[in-house]
Amino acid sequence: MSSSDAPPIDREAQRRAANRFDIRRLIGGLLTLYGIVLIITGIVGDHHVKTKAAGINIDLWGGIGMLIVGLLMLFWAFSRPTEVPEHD
Amino acid sequence: MLRTGEQVIEEEGAVLKLDVSALDYAIVAAYFVVVLGIGFVARLTIKSDLDFFLSGRSLPAWVTGLAFVAANLGALEILGQAANGAQYGIASVHYYWIGAVPAMVFLGIVMMPFYYGAKVRSVPEYLRLRFNEATHFFNSMTFAVATVLISGVNLYALALILHLMLGWSTSISILAAAAIVLVYITLGGLTSAIYNEVLQFFIIIAGLLPLMLVALHSVGGVDGLKDKVKASRLGDGGLHAWQGLGIHHHTNPLGSDWIGVVFGLGFVLGFGYWTTNFAEVQRALSANNLSAARRTPLIGAYPKIFIPAVTIVPGLIALVTVKGLGGSSTDLQYNTAIPHLIANLLPEGMLGIAITGLIAAFMAGVAANVTAFNTVVTYDLVQAYVARDRSPQYYLRVGRLVTIAGILISVATAFIAKGYSNIMNYIQTLFSIFNAPLFAVFIIAMFWRRATAWGGFFALVAGTAAAYAVNRLAAYHTIFHFPVASVTSSFWQAIMAFVVCAVVLVVVSLVTTPKTNEQLQGLVWGLTNTDAEEHPDERDKLWWRSPYLLGGGAIVLIVILNIIFI
Repeated sequence: MSSSDAPPIDREAQRRAANRFDIRRLIGGLLTLYGIVLIITGIVGDHHVKTKAAGINIDLWGGIGMLIVGLLMLFWAFSRPTEVPEHD
Repeated sequence: MLRTGEQVIEEEGAVLKLDVSALDYAIVAAYFVVVLGIGFVARLTIKSDLDFFLSGRSLPAWVTGLAFVAANLGALEILGQAANGAQYGIASVHYYWIGAVPAMVFLGIVMMPFYYGAKVRSVPEYLRLRFNEATHFFNSMTFAVATVLISGVNLYALALILHLMLGWSTSISILAAAAIVLVYITLGGLTSAIYNEVLQFFIIIAGLLPLMLVALHSVGGVDGLKDKVKASRLGDGGLHAWQGLGIHHHTNPLGSDWIGVVFGLGFVLGFGYWTTNFAEVQRALSANNLSAARRTPLIGAYPKIFIPAVTIVPGLIALVTVKGLGGSSTDLQYNTAIPHLIANLLPEGMLGIAITGLIAAFMAGVAANVTAFNTVVTYDLVQAYVARDRSPQYYLRVGRLVTIAGILISVATAFIAKGYSNIMNYIQTLFSIFNAPLFAVFIIAMFWRRATAWGGFFALVAGTAAAYAVNRLAAYHTIFHFPVASVTSSFWQAIMAFVVCAVVLVVVSLVTTPKTNEQLQGLVWGLTNTDAEEHPDERDKLWWRSPYLLGGGAIVLIVILNIIFI
């Protein structure tokens, strides 16, 4: 009923796996991707895209917002990587 | 023929149809790739049943905290609360500031040491330790039933949205969404569900926050919105949270008085949902130590305080900008408030983000309930009564099979929700039948050692029966004259269930034998397990990680907001 009977795994490999699967990297990566796509759409889009949102170019501004949050998440994930806890 | 039909609808009110481009579909598709990817990677981390059902008790507090609030950010919040905003106005903030935040703070500060400290794996398991197997079995069964019903509501809401916005058929939408949830939960268990909830939280905010801002801009800012609401059907009452809640002369759009709001919604329904609903508590139980478990609902409380800005405010804006909202056609139900704003205001690109956010939210709502359902069925029904003492691999396999069964039942129950025009009221009705009596049992069980095993059992049965009886009597207008499935009826149903439950618990306890202090160790107030902290973290002593500070801050914030919106 507990995970204590699992075979011991190389701690370095465990740490790498935990970091690849870090939720901060997933959120950061997806928001960065969405941000870039929206900024491009906001720049190259037609008049309708740029003005539909009550005259605001929401793709451009929303994209910039998402890009900033995404990059901050990535910065956090890479500057303070996950440490594998001592227990287990 | 079709054209004539369209013209008729346009005369009555706005028609909902989105102009979705290939780019928008690509944005949705990118999200699904990540979601399924999480499922496949999470599968590699699962070696035992505890990994599958409680993520091996290894997650940090900010992850479980966001998952705690995101698990509830499904159909319930987004469409339902926007519908409430459009129908009842600012008074709908009571669902957040009275109905949720105080209960979340109470869970983190007072109740979590009992749950996490007693090392229970589910809420029903606490009842087995505190009372007896009969109480445990009854609660496990009612929870399993209620949970698949609510999971069905989320599936139905998702299908409705896909049908209205994208023109997909309702059945295809239900099956497609169910299939994706099935894959990622069956593979990755709770870790998968929680990761997706946290990811979903960011995407839904990325979609709804810009929507709210441009919608507010389109009506002339905050002042423009106030003027337009005053001129609308709601009038000035739509802009205040606490006015017109007097007893016997309530004029508030909610149609309730302050007793119904504070005791019904706040105390019984709010505390019942947030502190005893395993779909929520499970997120905290997956945290990596007691400190993180206590901070889970407290961290979740902060986003919860501000979510009305992206649900109730858009609802109000839809009320004053969408012609005919609140009408009888499917396109004009209150639940379509946010989809209408999306259709009117978001261009391609942002449209894709908003659709992704809504789909993600609904899938998270389904996933939260399915992960709670599979845990309770596996641990509290199969392991407790059918197949004891098997290997961890056995229960892991059972868990995966139960997941599949739960999703199939959700699909079947998705259509029950169709009978109600306001999804929120349907959910409140369910909660007031199953959760209200449960909270009465918990609060007395934790603070009154004299409460006996059979007292707990009969109280739970009587409370659930009372809630159901009040619901039926109200529905047929025999004794109570509430509008059917209205807000008021849910509030009062909850209050009555609570009172019946408490009275039965006290009376039965006084005539039966109490448990000894040894049996109650770690389960009741005054007998907490002080050595329960297994994985202490030095950093948890930092002042900003104090549960009292986090909880106190949230309470101060809601007091200030209630005063501002009085």
